[in-house]
Amino acid sequence: MKERIAAIEPSAVWADAGDGMFRVPVSSFRNLAERLRNEEGFDFLRSLTGVDWGEEGLGCVYHLENTSTGENIVLGTSDPDRENASLPSVHDLWKAAGLNEREAYDFFGIKFIGHPDLRRLYLRDDWKGYPLRKDYDESLNPLNMENEEANDESPSYVMTKDGSYILKRHPLFEDQEYVINIGPQHPATHGVLRFRVSLEGEIIKKLDVHCGYIHRGIEKLCESMTYPQTLGFTDRLDYLGAMQNRHALCMCIEKALGLEVSERVQYIRTIMDELQRIDSHLLFIACLSQDMGALEVFFLGFRDREKVLDILEQTTGGRLIQTYNRIGGVQADIHPGFVKKVKEFISYMRPKLQEYHDIFTDNVIVRQRLTGTGILSREDAVSFGTTGGTGRASGWACDVRKRHPYAMYGKVDFKEIVLENGDCFDRYMVRVKEIEESMKIIEQLIDNIPEGEFLTRTKPVIKLPEGSWYSAVEGSRGEFGVYIESRGDKSPYRMKFRSTGLPLVSCIETISKEAKIADLIAIGGTLDYVVPDIDR
Amino acid sequence: MKRNVNIKSMKYEDFNDNEYIEQMLKELRENGTNVLVGCLDDVIEWGRSNSLWPLTFATSCCGIEFMAIGAARYDFARFGFEVARASPRQADFIMVAGTITNKMAPVLRRLYDQMADPKYVVATGGCAISGGPFQKSYHVVNGVDKIIPVDVYIPGCPPRPEAMLYGLMQLQRKVKAQRFLGGVNKGISEKEYEKLMSQDTNKAEDNREYDESGLA
Amino acid sequence: MFDFGIWTSWIHTQLTSLMPEGLAIFLECVAVGICLLLLYVVIAIIMIYMERKVCAAFQCRLGPMRVGPWGSIQVICDVFKMLTKEIITIRHSDKFLYNLAPYLVILASVLAFACIPVSRGLEILDFNVGVMFFMAASSIGVVGILLAGWSSNNKFSLIGAMRSGAQMISYELSIGISILTVIVLTDTMQFSEIVMRQADGWFIFKGHIPAVIAFIIYLIAGNAEVNRGPFDLPEAESELTAGYHTEYSGMHFGLFYVAEFVNLFIVSSIAATIFLGGWMPLHIPGLDGFNAVMDAIPGFIWFFAKAFFVVWLLMWIKWTFPRLRIDQILTLEWKYLVPIGLANLLLMVIVVVFKLHF
Repeated sequence: MKERIAAIEPSAVWADAGDGMFRVPVSSFRNLAERLRNEEGFDFLRSLTGVDWGEEGLGCVYHLENTSTGENIVLGTSDPDRENASLPSVHDLWKAAGLNEREAYDFFGIKFIGHPDLRRLYLRDDWKGYPLRKDYDESLNPLNMENEEANDESPSYVMTKDGSYILKRHPLFEDQEYVINIGPQHPATHGVLRFRVSLEGEIIKKLDVHCGYIHRGIEKLCESMTYPQTLGFTDRLDYLGAMQNRHALCMCIEKALGLEVSERVQYIRTIMDELQRIDSHLLFIACLSQDMGALEVFFLGFRDREKVLDILEQTTGGRLIQTYNRIGGVQADIHPGFVKKVKEFISYMRPKLQEYHDIFTDNVIVRQRLTGTGILSREDAVSFGTTGGTGRASGWACDVRKRHPYAMYGKVDFKEIVLENGDCFDRYMVRVKEIEESMKIIEQLIDNIPEGEFLTRTKPVIKLPEGSWYSAVEGSRGEFGVYIESRGDKSPYRMKFRSTGLPLVSCIETISKEAKIADLIAIGGTLDYVVPDIDR
Repeated sequence: MKRNVNIKSMKYEDFNDNEYIEQMLKELRENGTNVLVGCLDDVIEWGRSNSLWPLTFATSCCGIEFMAIGAARYDFARFGFEVARASPRQADFIMVAGTITNKMAPVLRRLYDQMADPKYVVATGGCAISGGPFQKSYHVVNGVDKIIPVDVYIPGCPPRPEAMLYGLMQLQRKVKAQRFLGGVNKGISEKEYEKLMSQDTNKAEDNREYDESGLA
Repeated sequence: MFDFGIWTSWIHTQLTSLMPEGLAIFLECVAVGICLLLLYVVIAIIMIYMERKVCAAFQCRLGPMRVGPWGSIQVICDVFKMLTKEIITIRHSDKFLYNLAPYLVILASVLAFACIPVSRGLEILDFNVGVMFFMAASSIGVVGILLAGWSSNNKFSLIGAMRSGAQMISYELSIGISILTVIVLTDTMQFSEIVMRQADGWFIFKGHIPAVIAFIIYLIAGNAEVNRGPFDLPEAESELTAGYHTEYSGMHFGLFYVAEFVNLFIVSSIAATIFLGGWMPLHIPGLDGFNAVMDAIPGFIWFFAKAFFVVWLLMWIKWTFPRLRIDQILTLEWKYLVPIGLANLLLMVIVVVFKLHF
């Protein structure tokens, strides 16, 4: 790999700390990115992380993957001019970069030249300063109770011939358009997401996503906390994937420390992850049916979900936020009745799944409304980076459990559900079928949990060596990744969580064009995003 | 592995002691008010307290637990809370379930203003009460009581559904005693209200676009 | 079968002996009006309570439990609350139309409600074109809904109102056709006569195949007419927050809410009257003992039992089926229900002409 990069771009330098990355000068970055995308086939932008490197300026870290060969590569680039940091935009190479670059602009003030719509993504338009910069002054932005004005112009920076750039503004919506606001307080946005939708009759012509109504600044908070303290935030990101999120962070820190966890812990973590997945998918069915107006299934989903929560609660003590995984193991050993209860649940759940099919899947209205709406093609899915059930419904085998096996996933036998059509119905079916696969995984593991320590003791204050690490798990709704950059301190220098929901939201505009309002609700329901996970 | 778990907390029996508002109410009644008006007030307050309709509003984790108390096992319909309205005009109380961020704060305030009197606010979970784990963040409001008046606080992260039900029942008790306690949301005369309305209108003319955007 | 006509004519003679006839009739009208409104409110309360309990049963829940035995006076609480809740005036709204709209809806509902023959001698509006009057009165409701959506100055309301306009006007056609199918069989448009002709068998049995088809079309169209799930697009909680009544609060919203439930009852009771024999007991020819037992049950019990059975059926559908999309709703009506209804009407004519009915 190193030779190939050197052949394309000799100025790229390999930095070896941690996972390692290629540091590329700004001037040659765009060229390298283009060639990697077009010639080497790196079509999946896993993660785009803005970083404040202090003296070296502001920059970004790009995690790329080639979906056909499975190769991974990490690129880093930075602009030393802190006042007017600017990087070339790659939104045309990877659609995923669209919102991610807006995020980096929002947090660090990096101007992406050529990005068509460089508004703030999370913070208010009148926000002063860039919060994730190390020199950000918090007193700049007191609580502002003025209503936010709807900004109908999107700025973009365009490169001129002499190398400087100028600011252009484009209107988002014309005066004549019938623009309605869906959210932030709306029953079908699954939280506080906001869409501004331009309608013609009932047909959606344009859609503009507004995030940030639950942006809690977790990444900035992590920078002032010790590593064990940061664990608490992961549960609250995507609260339906609490186990998996925490698993990802623990894995990343363990990788950095070179800490081996016992096999018992691996077993427990895998089982817990799968239980959490079942929980999340049941809630998905429940919420989807509620969005579509079939309230009965909502209650069935919640009824069965409570059974999973009972099992989790018995061992971890929490219903929604379990705070179970720890660096080096898990918080407490499994409850003596755990194995029996899990088996009972599986034998209870199998026949119940048929009930969902009878009432919901096979209902003629459900079929009519879901089949053929919101079609996401495979190319778009890869380009947007919509991992998880959404990607798999579009025919992209993107399961991290298969791509980069972790914990026990390399050793159990399960099928990766991949469907072809990429419409709402397939997105629904993927998740229903995954419940079955999850049960299969649990069944293989539950009887032979090995004896051993459930926690490798670590020091209360952990210091990671210098370097940067990325590790990912298959969360309930896609790849959940953690990027840690350490300077050898007891708290991370930069911690970034690859949101599972942000790519899902970014593709809404593409797939809901020419759809109806009711379709938008179904699309939102089947994409299955969790808003606090998008906003972080 | 056997471990003895010791939790320093309230005794179980103490949880039963939640009738203090009702007892207070009894004492206050003994002081005597106009019988007819008192009776009418009683009936109205009985009606209000037993028919509190929530606004479907949730920002984060607590929202899922809020859904759980609506679902089969906990079923808040038993107490008459079930008609969750999506439009703030028709809701009686807003359950602030989850973190309120700086960007959300004006929206929440607006939602609260859009509700019809009498209206109540329940702050659910650590985030809504004080900012919770995100207290030090640059973008989190440290407690919704900074922006809207709160009637009942339900601690927890997130509170268990039982705790939420207990909190809602406390709200019911509070509504029954509202006449004596003076709801936090009261205290503005009709004239002042009209004045506020007219001021607001002038301001709204400038932001007409926003006003009509249907942010409900 | 007890005839309430005996009571009513006795009251009439008593009153005319005391006062001039004009005054007597005026007093009777007032009394009947009050009774009607009281019945309306009682039915509304029963319907709301039933809705809550039925949906709870379908959803593995208990529903209201705390207020009164089995939560039976829960709805009374709601009424008190609604009555004392603030009515918000909306800026930039058409104040007159905004305030008028809920009353138009309730007016249409009460007018249609007055047409229902509850028992023998308990018909309020009963004349030779009663069916026509019922159809006309009930379709005023859509005007109220359109006005509500238009005058609220809210985009969600407007979309909801437009949806309901398209939907209700379309489905009125199917209701008309399916009722017309039965009228072909009865050759009368007077509700009391329609019921009387079912003495020897309900129309759903007498008219066999075309009547059953008409009944099914009527149930679908009636469900759509009252904006109930799976046709609750105008309100579509998960799409338009609350649709045309998003901006209404307090008792104005209460009127919409009540009208929705009573309209459901009206649709069901008309279904019961036209297809299931109204207050006519179940008679099986040849079984005289059985028929006598059935006759002993009062007519209004028969009527309410049938009406609430249909209500229950519609509630079952509502809580199980997901909502349709606007284009699907119109496709269903114009491409399926109307052609099928028209063909069915023709079939019924053939059945009646060749005396193929029972």
